[in-house]
Amino acid sequence: MSHAHVSNTKRIWTVFGYLSVITIVEVILGIIKPEILHNNSLLGLNLLNWIFIILTGVKAYYIVYAFMHMEGEKSALRHAVIWPLIFLVAYLLFILLVEGNYVFEVFKNSTIKWNF
Amino acid sequence: MSTVTTANSGEKVWGGGDNQPLGADYGKLMMWFFILSDALTFSGFLAAYGFSRFKFIETWPLADEVFTHFPFMHGNPQPMLYVAFMTFVLIFSSVTMVLAVDAGHEMKKDKVVVYLFLTIIGGLIFVGSQAWEWKNFIKGEYGAVETKGGSLLQFVDTDGKRVALADFAATLPEYREQLERNKGKWFMEEATLPSYSVAEVQAGFKAHPNILVRTETIDANKKKTVLSRSESESRLKDASLVVEGANLTRNEYGSKLFADFFFFITGFHGFHVFSGVVINIIIFFNVLLGTYEKRKSYEMVEKVGLYWHFVDLVWVFVFTVFYLV
Repeated sequence: MSHAHVSNTKRIWTVFGYLSVITIVEVILGIIKPEILHNNSLLGLNLLNWIFIILTGVKAYYIVYAFMHMEGEKSALRHAVIWPLIFLVAYLLFILLVEGNYVFEVFKNSTIKWNF
Repeated sequence: MSTVTTANSGEKVWGGGDNQPLGADYGKLMMWFFILSDALTFSGFLAAYGFSRFKFIETWPLADEVFTHFPFMHGNPQPMLYVAFMTFVLIFSSVTMVLAVDAGHEMKKDKVVVYLFLTIIGGLIFVGSQAWEWKNFIKGEYGAVETKGGSLLQFVDTDGKRVALADFAATLPEYREQLERNKGKWFMEEATLPSYSVAEVQAGFKAHPNILVRTETIDANKKKTVLSRSESESRLKDASLVVEGANLTRNEYGSKLFADFFFFITGFHGFHVFSGVVINIIIFFNVLLGTYEKRKSYEMVEKVGLYWHFVDLVWVFVFTVFYLV
């Protein structure tokens, strides 16, 4: 082991606290679905979904950096794992969601009735 | 031949020496890149789900109407609560795993044993909960009718509350025998027949004037559209199939792809949890036998821990994509 390990039980429980609070907030928002958030959208996505996606990202950050101890790894390893993932996922989502939306519009606006 | 002499120089590459690429042990490095590729696989599945959802964005099922079961609260819909419980179980088992890794760094065997055991229990509870969720999803609750064109009609009362087929379908004096292998001429059989025939649903609908048809289309208020009584009658004339529960071909919740993706993605994730539990059990016995005590390093627990956290990480995304967004 190239880097010395100190016990960080306190950090683990703090992160568990963060993850729990985020999950509880997500569940409460998911149950009540506040109309102001649910019916207003930004860039084609409603505000509630923006909140869910951002909170998911925060949770993912804490799991990878604290639990998987990515924060203790060398920056080269960190970048080698994280950036390919972020780039490829963002690219894939962009391509597929735009295409999905296009297919939806073809079905909706064309004269072919596909489902009745 | 410098490559040969390194073996004698005492400086081992990836063998536990100080010369480690990226400062990580070989096994740990490979675990990280396995996780990277597995993460991309899951991203592919979830992105495909997104594609299909965007394709049928106006008719996609609403998750909080689909996953409403909670143990001992039958007939009392509780959206989100059960899956929130599952999420907590998995997050908590991640915490006990990281505590086990932490105890491993301090070479405290007893603590590693306790925490790993708790992690295994958490994993088993999660897999069991997933099985229960699948059971409810497959069994269905209300039943629906599929039209000739392939769209799905559900039934509500005048207050918009869902009505099960069993609550209104008539019983007609008709008999339809299930075709089974032993009655077929040549390896012929058919899927389990629904409890009611289309004619029974139509007759029951006629006899109950307070029942309306709800279509898959999502309206401006993000609710499913409820038709008027006369529209309902004309749509129901096109009924061709009674759908109860869910399978890979059709489901009573709406878009057929919804159930396919649900089975495939949560199934693939559940398989990961299951294999994670098996690996954890193997490592657990190794810890008990003192293998890592002799090796003077609990790094194997750390590598398995990485996989276990990854399983938790994937669930965080599956939870968001299937239940929240």
